[in-house]
Amino acid sequence: MTVRRVMGIETEYGISVPGDPAANPMLLSGQVVHAYASAQGIRAAHASWDYADEAPLRDARGFEMGRGVADASQLTDEEDPSLANVVLTNGSRLYVDHAHPEYSSPEVTSPRAAVAWDRAGELIMRESVRRLSQVPPGVNLYKNNTDGKGASYGTHENYLMRRETPFSDIVRHLIPFFVARQVMSGSGRVGIGQDSRTAGFQISQRSDFFEVEVGLETTLKRPIINTRDEPHAVADLYRRLHVIIGDANHCDVANLLKLGTTSLVLAMVEDHAIDEDLTVSRPVATLHRVSHDPTCRELLELRDGARLTPVQLLWRYHDLAEKWLEERYAGELDDDTAEVMRWWALVLDRLERDPMEASREVDWVAKLKVMQGYIDRDGLDWSDHRLRAIDIQWSDVRPDKGLFHRLRAAGRFEELVTDAEVLDAVHEPPVDTRAYFRGKCLEKYPDQIAAASWDSVIFDVPGHTSLQRVPMLEPLRGTRATVGPLLDRSADAATLLRELASASG
Amino acid sequence: MPSQEQSRPQRRDDAPDEAPEPTPASPEASARKENLDSDIDSVLDEIDGVLESNAEEFVRGFVQKGGQ
Repeated sequence: MTVRRVMGIETEYGISVPGDPAANPMLLSGQVVHAYASAQGIRAAHASWDYADEAPLRDARGFEMGRGVADASQLTDEEDPSLANVVLTNGSRLYVDHAHPEYSSPEVTSPRAAVAWDRAGELIMRESVRRLSQVPPGVNLYKNNTDGKGASYGTHENYLMRRETPFSDIVRHLIPFFVARQVMSGSGRVGIGQDSRTAGFQISQRSDFFEVEVGLETTLKRPIINTRDEPHAVADLYRRLHVIIGDANHCDVANLLKLGTTSLVLAMVEDHAIDEDLTVSRPVATLHRVSHDPTCRELLELRDGARLTPVQLLWRYHDLAEKWLEERYAGELDDDTAEVMRWWALVLDRLERDPMEASREVDWVAKLKVMQGYIDRDGLDWSDHRLRAIDIQWSDVRPDKGLFHRLRAAGRFEELVTDAEVLDAVHEPPVDTRAYFRGKCLEKYPDQIAAASWDSVIFDVPGHTSLQRVPMLEPLRGTRATVGPLLDRSADAATLLRELASASG
Repeated sequence: MPSQEQSRPQRRDDAPDEAPEPTPASPEASARKENLDSDIDSVLDEIDGVLESNAEEFVRGFVQKGGQ
């Protein structure tokens, strides 16, 4: 395995009503989901979420948290009929998570595809905003991770891994990597500290909100390594590593590197290929220090006493990956892996020379460059409201208001995925995972599906008194290659189920 | 570098004869800096046109509940 594995990105969007900061975000988020779903002809009674296999309190370290001691915000599996929750034809899930609308991408097998379906989520949110704007003042959505006043909401990555890989190995090798990774994939933020009590600029939206090294929580005492063990797949074979420390990205290159380099590090962990101890001293404090230093010169101290910049630490991981790929694949890299390795070296090289050289590839650099321009031109300091306004408006999903989208339209960023590919991903599922079966069933038989989830589709077929559940516990089954012809020749769900039964019988 | 003989046709009007030849930043570097400056100016102009006019109120109004 290389950069390729089953993966996906889930993003909670910031939400606000212009001029009404007191508007109820849960109700608003429900409206966002409903506005999009109803425009697609999805009724609330159909294609709702199947919670049967969800277990958000199971811990990768091997125990389960009692419901009594869990914070209410950790209980995500109790169905609340007032909360909208739909599955879309591209295989994604659009729903309300706590007080935010969330888009969870379908399962894909490459970082490039993850970027495409993540950007599809931006277009879905944008379409919802467009529809809601028809009744002023409308609702605005922001692909960011903090309000700068003490609240944070997540962009999570998911990576399917082999169950047999010891979790302690993942923890050991991933913590130092995550401490440094933000210099490639941070999205930049005005304000230091969770509530921005100190004026200034930092590399990551999320870093200040991380307080422990390892843990189950996602909404409080956030851990660098999250231990949620909810594989949505055959539990004996797989774990789903749930990564909660990343920022929401707009730059294709930063997003590709976030997913691609992490997947490579995981592949090396699975292959026991990391023979160096890169353990960083005081990782949580160091994570914060790295984020607070846009010069990228802050030194990290390794357990063996070595002192490295975050870029130098990332070079260590890069060189380990390069060596490992050479040994395993003798230079015959698949395109996805070659692409990640090429951008990885290029971005590290730029960050090392002068971080400002990476403004076409890395979100925080692009944002800082614009803000520095304002500071130089207008004599602003970091406490100026205009800089904080730019920080927020940067991530507005609207093409005319969102500053990133304006600058992208002006050709100021490297684009790896074309607009046409993203548009396609709004409606079409990936062809090489079970998301294909899920999405195509939603497209072809919307009225005959009672519910769906990551690992099941539940049919409500006329003439049958009971619902029929098709489990999908193997993420790489249900692909176009395996079920495409079957779906093509099944005009209705009853035919599909009959064919599936005879195929498996 | 131009020799004495070659310097005459290239001499600029504002460069007095007796003054030593100034050592400007390489033309490429100056041009690049000018490009960068005009580039960032056009970025700022673009943003000026769409930035929320009451930044303070806009920032104050962006209040989120925590999430995951």
